[in-house]
Amino acid sequence: MTFMLAVIVGVLYAAGTYLILRRSVVKVIFGLIFLGHAANLMIFTVGRLTKGAPAFVPEGAEAITEPFADPLPQALILTAIVIGFGVQAFTIVLFKRTYQTVGTEDLDKMKSTDQLPGDKS
Amino acid sequence: MSWIIMLPILLPLCTAVIMIFFRRSTALHRILNAAGTALMLGVSLVMLGSVQTGGILSLRIGGWEAPFGISLVADMLSSVMVVATAFIGFTTALYSLGTIDREREHYFYHPLLQLLLMGINGAFLTGDIFNLYVWFEVMLISSFVLLVLGGRPEQLEGAIKYVTLNLLSSSIFLAAVGILYGTAGTLNMADLAARIPLLGHRELLSVVGVLFMITFGIKAAIFPLFFWLPASYHTPPVAVSAIFAGLLTKVGVYAIMRFFTTVFIHEEAAFIHQVLLFLSAFTMVVGVMGAVAQYDMRKLLSFHIISQIGYMIFALAIQSPLAIAGALFYIIHNIVAKTNLFYVSGLIQRLKGSYDLREIGGVYRFYPMLGLLFLVPALGLAGIPPLSGFWAKFIVIKAGIDSEHYLLVGIALCVSMLTLYSMIKIWNEAFWKDDPRGEGSVEDEGYLLIPSMKKVMMVLPIVILGSVTIVFGFWFEPFFELADKAAVELLDSGAYIEAVMGGRS
Repeated sequence: MTFMLAVIVGVLYAAGTYLILRRSVVKVIFGLIFLGHAANLMIFTVGRLTKGAPAFVPEGAEAITEPFADPLPQALILTAIVIGFGVQAFTIVLFKRTYQTVGTEDLDKMKSTDQLPGDKS
Repeated sequence: MSWIIMLPILLPLCTAVIMIFFRRSTALHRILNAAGTALMLGVSLVMLGSVQTGGILSLRIGGWEAPFGISLVADMLSSVMVVATAFIGFTTALYSLGTIDREREHYFYHPLLQLLLMGINGAFLTGDIFNLYVWFEVMLISSFVLLVLGGRPEQLEGAIKYVTLNLLSSSIFLAAVGILYGTAGTLNMADLAARIPLLGHRELLSVVGVLFMITFGIKAAIFPLFFWLPASYHTPPVAVSAIFAGLLTKVGVYAIMRFFTTVFIHEEAAFIHQVLLFLSAFTMVVGVMGAVAQYDMRKLLSFHIISQIGYMIFALAIQSPLAIAGALFYIIHNIVAKTNLFYVSGLIQRLKGSYDLREIGGVYRFYPMLGLLFLVPALGLAGIPPLSGFWAKFIVIKAGIDSEHYLLVGIALCVSMLTLYSMIKIWNEAFWKDDPRGEGSVEDEGYLLIPSMKKVMMVLPIVILGSVTIVFGFWFEPFFELADKAAVELLDSGAYIEAVMGGRS
């Protein structure tokens, strides 16, 4: 299971990196989403995969019964997913608005803010 | 007394929430914004005072024991940064009263400013790495919206670069947090500082260190990672540019400072400090070279931010107590002077109708006092004695000579000359040169039509920040003692661990 997840994380990172290097804004958004998911899955994998009970102390007992799954990576991922969702929603709207206002979805053509005024190229 | 750490975070949140409830009343927004930031400044000063006398404060949220719950920690460094944030927040709130149009006010400009301040304060005060990520996101999403508010094409274009690179940095941050948790089993900074020296898997820790350096490097705009900054910072209204320029990159510098002097203190950190030293030279040079070539005032100043970040990174990569104190003093001096320069550029634009230095001129002839107000932060930034920048640069360069980084010291001094050159360029073009459109252009009369209340609100922040630059210069010693104390505290992570973990470990 760990091996499979590691492969998936690798594929997501590779695809995400490839996509954010593309010139089309739509592909860049997908790239960012892939990178976010890759990071989430990586936290899950690195935080040790344990088949076990939730980390509750059973009634009457003093300690948690082994084996138990570490709840913290899951809490981290949950937070990261929620934040990622909000930010990605904002990004999609921003990119759509930019497409409507600037009239192009080619990132190479959006360079007016990087040029010295008077430069024509 | 430790409950006071909550206030710099809770106050702006409450103010923002109240504002959103009364969304139609922009007059209330304005009053609350100014009052809220003034109150925050008061609270943060009280906090600084109590940290100075009583040592590091730490608060466990929800009563959970230290490494398990989230801790908020206020040491000298954090509380000084929070005071600076509140101060800049207050002046920006005033400046916004004079410059922000009704349309933007109607679309939640003021609540967003409060939320931005909340995110920045949270990032300075948290003692937990994942929590730091969350505060970064709070700060980022507010800055995204502030950046695009108004929706002009260049704003949107700049925002695409800003948003994409910052999201990339967030996902690297998240990956680094994941690996760190997998290796060390904790995310509490104090706990990490205590545990990291004892851990195996050193090679994984090096990877984590480099990932953190890259993610904070993007936020701080150090050399190969700065391209989002000059592409976006000149596009929003000048009040927004000013608060971004003053505070956002400094959060990145703060994080580098916190991580590589308190948390990562072992052989891997030495490698990262070497890399940072190398990058700081490029950051200084590339930033100032970019600035020299520009004619748009805001773009020129944006490139200067990068160059100044180079000095801070140089100082904190040296790692001697003097250098860390110098870096902290440099950050504070730079926050004040840089924000002030943006305010002045906004005022010049209001007078002359343009930010382009080739199109304007003759400001000195009609507004000689404005020339004085510009010279204080400009010469301060360049490092002319007796203003604050002289002391900041003096300490950094002294620390560099003490640690025998002669080449870097030479570069820093040359960059200083170029900084002065580009400030003189603004002076020559905007103030001394005759107005290329002839004297007494239409905009000058336009200025007379601005209500006097708004004029006061534009000039007052410039005067306040200018006098702080002068005070830093003439009464340098108490401020340096503060910075020195913070540096000693930062380098001795034992006290930090003790305060957070409460005697454990």
